Amino acid sequence: MFLQQLINGIALGSTYALIALGYTMVYGIISLINFAHGEIFMVGAFVGLLMVSYFKMNLFLAMACSMAFCMVLGVVIEFIAYRPLRKSSRLSALISAIGVSIFLSSLAMMVFGANAKGFPDSAFPSHQIHIGDADISTLQLLIISVSALLMLSLEFIVQKTKIGKAMRATSEDYNTAALMGINVNFVISFTFALGSALAAAGGVLVGVLFNSVSFNMGLMAGLKAFAAAVLGGIGSIPGAMLGGLLLGVAEVFGVAVGYSSYRDAIAFAILVLVLLVRPAGLLGQKIQKKV
Amino acid sequence: MYQYLVNSIDPYTMQILVNIGIGIILALGLNIITGLTGQLSLGHAAFMSVGAFAGALLTIKTGAPFYLTILLSGLITAAVAAAIGWPILRLTGDYLAICTLGFAEIVKVVFLNLEVTNKALGLTVPAPNTTLSMPVTVLIVVILVIIVSVFIENSRFGRALKAIRDDEIAAESMGINIARYKVQSFAVSAFMAGIGGCLYGHFLGYINPSDFGFLKSIDMLSMVVLGGLGSVPGVVFGASLLSAAPEFLRFMSQYRMLVYGALLVFLMVFRPNGLLGGIDFAALVLRKLGVKPRGAAHEKQGGH
Repeated sequence: MFLQQLINGIALGSTYALIALGYTMVYGIISLINFAHGEIFMVGAFVGLLMVSYFKMNLFLAMACSMAFCMVLGVVIEFIAYRPLRKSSRLSALISAIGVSIFLSSLAMMVFGANAKGFPDSAFPSHQIHIGDADISTLQLLIISVSALLMLSLEFIVQKTKIGKAMRATSEDYNTAALMGINVNFVISFTFALGSALAAAGGVLVGVLFNSVSFNMGLMAGLKAFAAAVLGGIGSIPGAMLGGLLLGVAEVFGVAVGYSSYRDAIAFAILVLVLLVRPAGLLGQKIQKKV
Repeated sequence: MYQYLVNSIDPYTMQILVNIGIGIILALGLNIITGLTGQLSLGHAAFMSVGAFAGALLTIKTGAPFYLTILLSGLITAAVAAAIGWPILRLTGDYLAICTLGFAEIVKVVFLNLEVTNKALGLTVPAPNTTLSMPVTVLIVVILVIIVSVFIENSRFGRALKAIRDDEIAAESMGINIARYKVQSFAVSAFMAGIGGCLYGHFLGYINPSDFGFLKSIDMLSMVVLGGLGSVPGVVFGASLLSAAPEFLRFMSQYRMLVYGALLVFLMVFRPNGLLGGIDFAALVLRKLGVKPRGAAHEKQGGH
């Protein structure tokens, strides 16, 4: 029973973590809460669904297409809605992000209708594996392994490549990075592309897991992923992974012990409690303000 | 006489006007914590919710006079805000924002599960028993809230809040008790949200916890930022525009929310400080009257 719930929690949590990574990377670089990120996750799920059901692609190819589409979408959104506002107050950019979010979700409702759509069963023929007294579906294993793979690749890009170094430099100090000859605009576009690709992958995985894709799925998933990013310490990439997994596991256990009607509050209650003890999140660094 | 005026406006227009009025009350409330004190709140709908349910329950269970109900629901909301604000206002910047968001989600879910708020079915609020009709009451409250907002902005209290917004460390070293002022402005802000919620519930006649979700908080925030953060005329204008916009865009039927979203982006891109942000109206009027404005005109507005 315990093992079963733990696996359920990790599968759910790793999708939260995939979305949370986009929030935390964007925040780390331009200090913007990208409220449109949840909608990118939703668009990713729809593109994946289209690829699987109309173009009869297999799930992995569909996921790759969806990631590529959302990369472009993320870069375009940044260019239109955030770049002109980079020098103005952060709240203006926040409202702009909210505008994008409303725009995308109503566009999705017009194009795909208000009803939830499901992936065809043939998308991923899932079967159960028995480990001890736990029934684990191959779908959950797929989700966990794909998420782990994506997060490891992200870690590789950020820590080992030149562009990753540029990202870290920009997030440390925007102006100094620009003075050192880093093309800051390119780095920001690249960050949006990476974050959006991860969200798209998360969208396809969640769509298959719950067998439901709808125009309003981005809102709650986005808020919870944002909570996960803050829980881990916003701006910190390992923090987002840890935060996502923690919230996923907590939510599944909360439901398992009978608080299912409080499901959506569990993540936020944990967040508030943790922030009261550690105001900068679990892995966040306390930044000393200089006067 | 009022009644004659009220009756001469058709019900549809009246409903839009009352919505605008309630929007102004809510937005001016949020303006105090976000515009003046500079603390981003993403969960103000929760206070509206507390006020709406407090008001509805007072009317249903006790049948208290409507004006007392409005006042009490504001006070209850302020007390709740002070209790929550005390621990969480120690957090800074976006950590505070996410905490208010989280708190709002918790309030929503708790109300959805409470027996007294009738769970997910929501409450039907009986029409208030008053001598003045609802639109007139809303109008009076709007005028009072505007007067109080202008008064706060120019008072010692308001100047302390603005000092906190502009530079916390500098304000603290000038002897301003940051924690106390933050909690006080949070409570005042919630008081107005509670009143707005109470009016909203009694005007609509039905409230459901799900109505006060994240999107409602975002609506309120958009009004404040779009109109001009920290500027009372700006916030009034922003609230009027956004409360009425869905009605004006109704002819586009299904494209309505699409246009609304695009509109938010474009307005922010072209007027990043809000439509009326950065304009000092008092100085403007004084100059028109030929009076030389005093030092206040040079005060810098917006941006933090």
